[in-house]
Amino acid sequence: MTLTNIIGAAKAAGEPNAITKAIPYANFIGIDAYLDGEAVICTLAGSDLIIGNPILPAIHGGVIGAFLEHVALMQLMWDLAPGQLPKTVNMSVDYLRSGRLEQTHARGLVTRRGRRVANVRVEAWQSGSELPIAAAHGHFLIIG
Amino acid sequence: MSSFDPAESHNPIAADLDAAQKFADSIPHGRELGIRVEAIAPGRTQLVLPYQKRLIGNPETGVLHGGVITTLIDTASGCAVFSALPDLISIATLDLRIDYLKPATPREPLRADARCYRLTRNIGFTRAVAYHGDPDDPVANSVGTFMMNSSDAVFGLEELAGDTST
Repeated sequence: MTLTNIIGAAKAAGEPNAITKAIPYANFIGIDAYLDGEAVICTLAGSDLIIGNPILPAIHGGVIGAFLEHVALMQLMWDLAPGQLPKTVNMSVDYLRSGRLEQTHARGLVTRRGRRVANVRVEAWQSGSELPIAAAHGHFLIIG
Repeated sequence: MSSFDPAESHNPIAADLDAAQKFADSIPHGRELGIRVEAIAPGRTQLVLPYQKRLIGNPETGVLHGGVITTLIDTASGCAVFSALPDLISIATLDLRIDYLKPATPREPLRADARCYRLTRNIGFTRAVAYHGDPDDPVANSVGTFMMNSSDAVFGLEELAGDTST
């Protein structure tokens, strides 16, 4: 099944987690996705696998960056027309607090969607969304 | 690193490949990914990540997820800052910007060369590229900043620190 078909089937079922489950890396680091209205919310499970600093302990900054990129891509895959796919041009991640070893949530906001490029802002939080652990913005090419 | 004087260094990983690998292995996620230190010098690191199916981002093409490139670059950049420091202190990523220049090639190991090109009392400034064979033909380019003394936790270095009694 192609990614386009997977996205189409997931949208028809209203089940964004079907897309995330089809992406090996998202499964490897422990991402899940669900819908809140039209927003795709992703969660990252706190596991020993993703520790960067074992003394604190804290989630690896690279994994947090990867999680934020995945959330942005998920929101775009959900929003784009059938047959269109997003491709990351760049990501800029601000690390605001160390990520504790517990479940992390994130959501992306598409601030502009043009014909060829979309701009997305993403925030990740743990105990409360008013205390984000990381924020990012990225540019994505729209293919197709 | 103009500010770096090896004679004044109390940092065991600054130019020692085995110590640097021990440090990299003390990062659980780095060890899980099998990240190897290929070269280290004060303010410079080269890491390599073997290709793995579980790191695929596009199941149709087998291309790595961009996020794992972020992890490799973040690790390489942090190690470059660490190797530039005169003493072992904790650091934390403040921000990281990554441009994806072309897709990673499936089944090829990915390398990252990182440099800490400026170190102040509070901040380390980094540049890094990720590539397969030729660093002049990179998959991704990055700049980052790292905060010094981010916490009391300097991990994985207790036994290494013991090697450098002066």
